[in-house]
Amino acid sequence: MAEDNNDQMVGLGKAHIPTVIADELHIVYRVNGAKTGKGSATSALSRIIRRGEERGVRKVHAVRGVSFTAYRGEAIGLIGSNGSGKSTLLRAIAGLLPAEKGKVFTDGQPSLLGVNAALMNDLTGERNVILGGLAMGMSREQIRERYQGIVDFSGINEKGDFITLPMRTYSSGMAARLRFSIAAAKDHDVLMIDEALATGDRKFQKRSEARIRELRKEAGTVFLVSHNNKSIRDTCDRVLWLERGELRMDGPTDEVIKEYEKFTGK
Amino acid sequence: MTAPPSPDDGLSPAELAAKYGLSVSGARPGLFEYVHQLWGRRHFILAFSQAKLTAQYSQAKLGQLWQVATPLLNALVYFLIFGLILKADRGMEREVYIPFLVTGVFVFTFTQSSVMAGVRAISGNLGLVRALHFPRASLPISFSLQQLQQLLFSMIVLFVVAVGFGSYPRLSWLLILPVLALQFLFNTGLALIMARLGSKTPDLAQLMPFVMRTWMYASGVMFSIPVMLKEHPAWIGDILQWNPAAIYMDLMRFALIDGYGSENLPPHVWLVAAGWALLVAAGGFVYFWKAEERYGRG
Repeated sequence: MAEDNNDQMVGLGKAHIPTVIADELHIVYRVNGAKTGKGSATSALSRIIRRGEERGVRKVHAVRGVSFTAYRGEAIGLIGSNGSGKSTLLRAIAGLLPAEKGKVFTDGQPSLLGVNAALMNDLTGERNVILGGLAMGMSREQIRERYQGIVDFSGINEKGDFITLPMRTYSSGMAARLRFSIAAAKDHDVLMIDEALATGDRKFQKRSEARIRELRKEAGTVFLVSHNNKSIRDTCDRVLWLERGELRMDGPTDEVIKEYEKFTGK
Repeated sequence: MTAPPSPDDGLSPAELAAKYGLSVSGARPGLFEYVHQLWGRRHFILAFSQAKLTAQYSQAKLGQLWQVATPLLNALVYFLIFGLILKADRGMEREVYIPFLVTGVFVFTFTQSSVMAGVRAISGNLGLVRALHFPRASLPISFSLQQLQQLLFSMIVLFVVAVGFGSYPRLSWLLILPVLALQFLFNTGLALIMARLGSKTPDLAQLMPFVMRTWMYASGVMFSIPVMLKEHPAWIGDILQWNPAAIYMDLMRFALIDGYGSENLPPHVWLVAAGWALLVAAGGFVYFWKAEERYGRG
């Protein structure tokens, strides 16, 4: 029944072409040195010496058997309480986290919106724009073309020439704005956004929401992780609700959000 | 449950994926495809290494001057201890020994820091690996490229020391280029191997300094291996001299220092140098690529 509604939202004329298929996906993190019990050096040593699989390693089963199919033109919201596996699921779809069991099939290369990890605080904003662009796989020419656009969009230079200062001198809001601007400069086939809407001041939030709508038009499929039910309602037409790594509900935005709000007691 | 009301009904996910030409996300590409992808990221690799290099000293007051000052101070410390206090310059003139020592320290540091950076290339950059898509070999390669650039700064100091002790620029200085190229290949291969090992066992970062120090003292950084081991069986000296670190150091000294002639080099030295470089670089690359799809796992 959910799918019928979906069809109407996507537009009946459009072909139903899958872009992302998750098939019984399981993701397990392995954490070193977090084994419960005695933490003494001797017990660590005995764990190393003792034979058997996974010595001294604790497993965290973050995603448990999630299956769904996403189609071209859909904007899918991912909701669930903290630690329910939303970000992990996104990373697995992007092929950044290897699956323990099951598979993810994708059309083209899905990309996660975010370059935070590639940027360096000790470098100037200018060099970070170039570095971030290259890290996302843009060519030098593409970056040169879009450089001014990125800087203008971030609004970093509105209060003086800050782009030539090291990023560690930026306020946290300024840094977040520059990061979002760099990340949003690239076009994506399958785009995944992890709570990116919450950065910066009110003015910048509006600007980034507009940019995300633009990206949505260009991208085939969009995934959005957010705790803000309003921004999910504004941007998504289908919602996946994850709880404890399991897919609890999958359907049109209104239905799922209503259930979710009941669940969280709002 | 999520199958659409269409002719696709009843297809399994795998069949559906095959029908629309979807590929498995995060699968390991073939070796040639991998090399191709890596070549496509060459600008990123270079920019990342330069960024790391600049970021290193950006908070210091003297700034990038430390690129040259650090190796210079390093050479001074070794000279103080091994040249003046321990007098390890047995069988060598002072004009030869000091450039000999400084060359040894710099060339070995190049390999040492490439290995250390390699160990942490994946395990220390998990955030990057889990956020963006690129061939993971970019990271260890980028780190050894950073060390190469660091060595080029050290070479400035080295040239000054060589000239200061009477070795003037001559044709044999051109040999520095092939030596550097071969050592860079060797280091990159080693960094790739260490990166894969380090991603599985981060503890290596604690262990490697001791391994590297042993290797350094065994490679004749501050003494001449044949002279020091005169009273021991010849094969010990041979093994030490054929180890890659000693080979690259000796070749660099031969190229740079006037009084360090070919009689100090083991036979077939260029062949050995090239052999080590190609073997470790190719082997390391394939070894690293084999685990490509597993690097994000923590």
